[in-house]
Amino acid sequence: MSETLIGIGARNGSRPVARRLPRLSALLPFRRFATPVLLVLGWQIACSSGLLSTRLVASPAQIVATGWSLTRDGTLPANLSVSLVRAASGLGLALVVGVCLALVSGLSRLGEDVVDAPLQILRTLPVLAMVPLFILWFGIGETPKILMVALGAMFPVYLNLHKGIRAIDPKLLEMARTLGLSRGRTIREVILPGALPDLLVGLRFAVGISWLMLVVAEQVNADSGIGHMMMDAEDFLRTDIILVGLAVYGLLGLASDQAVRALESALLGWRPVYRGRAS
Amino acid sequence: MNALTDPRPRGADEAGKAVAIRRLTRRFGDGPAVLDRLDLTIAPGEFVALLGHSGSGKSTLLRTLAGLDPVTEGTITRPRDVSVVFQESRLLPWKRVWENVVLGQDGADRRERAAKVLREVGLGHRIDAWPLTLSGGEAQRAALARALVREPQFLMLDEPFAALDALTRLKMQGLVSELWLRHRCAVLLVTHDVDEALLLADRAVVLEHGQIRTDLPIGLARPRRHADPEFERLRSVLLDALGVCDG
Ligand SMILES: Nc1ncnc2c1ncn2[C@@H]1O[C@H](COP(=O)(O)OP(=O)(O)OP(=O)(O)O)[C@@H](O)[C@H]1O
Ligand SMILES: [Mg+2]
Repeated sequence: MSETLIGIGARNGSRPVARRLPRLSALLPFRRFATPVLLVLGWQIACSSGLLSTRLVASPAQIVATGWSLTRDGTLPANLSVSLVRAASGLGLALVVGVCLALVSGLSRLGEDVVDAPLQILRTLPVLAMVPLFILWFGIGETPKILMVALGAMFPVYLNLHKGIRAIDPKLLEMARTLGLSRGRTIREVILPGALPDLLVGLRFAVGISWLMLVVAEQVNADSGIGHMMMDAEDFLRTDIILVGLAVYGLLGLASDQAVRALESALLGWRPVYRGRAS
Repeated sequence: MNALTDPRPRGADEAGKAVAIRRLTRRFGDGPAVLDRLDLTIAPGEFVALLGHSGSGKSTLLRTLAGLDPVTEGTITRPRDVSVVFQESRLLPWKRVWENVVLGQDGADRRERAAKVLREVGLGHRIDAWPLTLSGGEAQRAALARALVREPQFLMLDEPFAALDALTRLKMQGLVSELWLRHRCAVLLVTHDVDEALLLADRAVVLEHGQIRTDLPIGLARPRRHADPEFERLRSVLLDALGVCDG
């Protein structure tokens, strides 16, 4: 059964979708949501009955209402897009720089000596502790925020890709030599695809770190962005807005993680794990 | 590297040799010589089986011939177009089987060429499969196809069937014999299996103390059968040369 599915999938380059879930097991995934739903319900009841002061914590209904009104008056979309642009530019920069550095140090001994040692030292510094320095250097515009994100996200990209390149099976490299592959071709067809799984692991870490860096950067000094919106709300004791911001961060983290997972199963279709999951 | 010279296009020099090894010496570090002034010639289209104890230097010799190890002492003459099949298939897991077969080859007809040679090794139905979904025997077939698609004048096989079960191994031996009869390239097969050598090769050589100590022509008619009395005789000669007492 799975054998033919694999055959079909491999031929079309697409994956077959299984449509044969019995009713009971269809409900199984939702069981996991039972506890969170109960907790939210309890929270709502506690707020409505006055058990929880709404000055400390807004009720779920209030959060939804606030989220809706913030969306309608344009505050949330505007701040969200600012935050998204920052995270995306920082992450993009981290990817470019991290991949380049990993290639340099992964593909040549000289490059490793030059690049790896300083990065390993820099890596041990807590990047968040550099916020004051970044503000001194780059002021309070977009630059320090994007650079903070980029710096934090670069390390997992670099470290994982470097490890991946170094861990390529020497037998495969030998095989490439016996087939007469040029150096460039060996890098393109053997080394880079072989290191791709590690790069994607690094990317997943990098995405998580990006949000973390962004939260800090936007709360320390900013006049826009989700973090700023939350800090602003603090001054007016608007816990509902703060919680809306938290929820947005949470959703962003979840969505970006899903995106990287999707990327993984799209790019690593050759790994039996992913194929097994799809069929 | 300059010790590797390319002879005439047909893969044979004037004396009719595809491969000629002269006084090849190889040592690792300061250790004893693994190959010690070794001489060996292989004629075009000849099938030679290389036997020897574990650690006697068979793989070292093969790697040197394949250009993976440097020639420091002695000379090697070999055709330019050579292919190697190792004990493990060494397919790139991220390329489909057919892409693995024509890896590093150019031209618009890559896929057709891959399909043709894959059909030849009995893998025509798996050309679009991912290598990690192949069985051990199928993977070795694909590796064989990758070696053959380059139309080598000299094919090196380093224990290509050692990791396969007995039944698959028999099938693969039959396949190699068939392919060799069709392509007629010179072959050097490293094996531990005396029967395999006797089934396939024109000549069996035994590597011992860094040199070829036994050079045994196998004049049996093909296809060969174990029951043949001459087969039995050659078998005990080879086992003797390997220092194994045969019953
Ligand atoms: N890179 C290396 N560095 C040091 N010693 C090596 C190296 N490669 C091989 N040797 C040594 O050379 C000797 C011959 O090794 P080789 O792999 O050629 O043996 P083999 O005949 O192929 O054995 P087997 O039948 O087990 O495959 C062994 O003693 C081995 O330890
Ligand atoms: Mg060996």
